[in-house]
Amino acid sequence: MIAMLGRDLALGVRAGGGFGLGLAFFLIVVTLVPFGVGPHPDLLARIGPGMLWLGALLACLLSLDRIFALDWEDGSLDLLATAPLPMEGVVSMKALAHWITTGLPLVAAAPALGVLMNLPAPAYLPLTLTLLLGTPALSVIGTFGAALTVGIKRGGLLLSLLVLPLYVPTLIYGAEAARRGAAAQAYGTPLMMLAGITCGAIALLPFASAAVLRVNLR
Amino acid sequence: MRSLWEYANPARFIRLSDRVLPWITALALAALVIGLVWGLWFTPDERRQGATVKIMFLHVPSALMAINAWLMMLVASLIWLIRRHHVSALAARAAAPVGAVMTLIALATGAIWGQPTWGTWWVWDPRLTSFLILFLFYLGYIALWAAIEDDDTAADLTSVLCLVGSVFAVLSRYAVLFWNQGLHQGASLSMDAEENVDNVFYIPLLFCIAGFVLLFIALVLLRTQTEIRARRMRALLARERMG
Repeated sequence: MIAMLGRDLALGVRAGGGFGLGLAFFLIVVTLVPFGVGPHPDLLARIGPGMLWLGALLACLLSLDRIFALDWEDGSLDLLATAPLPMEGVVSMKALAHWITTGLPLVAAAPALGVLMNLPAPAYLPLTLTLLLGTPALSVIGTFGAALTVGIKRGGLLLSLLVLPLYVPTLIYGAEAARRGAAAQAYGTPLMMLAGITCGAIALLPFASAAVLRVNLR
Repeated sequence: MRSLWEYANPARFIRLSDRVLPWITALALAALVIGLVWGLWFTPDERRQGATVKIMFLHVPSALMAINAWLMMLVASLIWLIRRHHVSALAARAAAPVGAVMTLIALATGAIWGQPTWGTWWVWDPRLTSFLILFLFYLGYIALWAAIEDDDTAADLTSVLCLVGSVFAVLSRYAVLFWNQGLHQGASLSMDAEENVDNVFYIPLLFCIAGFVLLFIALVLLRTQTEIRARRMRALLARERMG
């Protein structure tokens, strides 16, 4: 499993711009927001946490179809399926690799982009914390969507349609906790709900992802 | 011994559904006509809302069926995953567009009802938002069925999606409750509640609900039959091409 994680990380970093692309997309989305709603500092500070969450979510979505696509095309996925490693382990490692190459950089970049959104000082800790807790759920749920659509040609749009409704609870709790933190309110409850969703997704969804991947490889 | 599983045989299913379909359709139409005519013309205007309240005779049953259709799909998906009965998978597939349309009717009539009474077509109220999310789930489910060519693969994948989607739909339901408080009233139809809507409205509403349930059953049976026959035709054509 560790070897597979290492392989996926190396591929993610070295192969053709997948690594920085999510980050660049995140930057562009956050840059576009003021063009859309106007540059008023108060307004930006108010919608900032939500916009950063949305940007991170979309950046995450953008890189989902890369999770299995390359391995599907060159047949490595079939080899992995016949390997002694259980399928659940494969998809868990894929999700983890996706999180390390996409989610973690987003978490690291979010405070810097928060400056662009004119966030108040108390907002940074809750923003980073919620993203750190929430992005693993985005990766795991996204892996399920990617496993569902791996056999479909040009499944990118369908993948978004399937995955975005599944992102709703994560987004609600994450953005709500970040918003409350920015407004200097107590944000323990939504943070705990977010952590609960993440833990539940990590624990249960690999089984569903592995099941649909087996169907797709049949 | 006769059991329900006999009707997992497509031929048996078609024979039975052929026999009951005209009756269910007739009953559905009768219930709908009685309920709607009674509800729309022979009930008094409500004291504060006037005649607008009568849209409830479409709004309540369609909202009810929007959720029940998804539940039915969930049960059918489970049966497919556990017992591998094709009729079950096809019934789930047949129910999805009907459920999506029910959701759309509930949303549209809700907007039309909300405009005069709340003064707005749409608010981000928990119930409204949950229904919108439910509609998105229906869309994703239908799109996944349409995207995959192999029937069994599609049935497997959509079944798992339905299971996972159900969990996330329930999560979303409680998440939006947490996220925003609403304008929509609480439940005013339940078996055990002290306070329900008045009998003047209640009885025609029951007819409408019965009509929508029967209509849903009729549509699902019909669409399942169509699916089975279309699949048979494809098999026959394939055989002809081989020979």
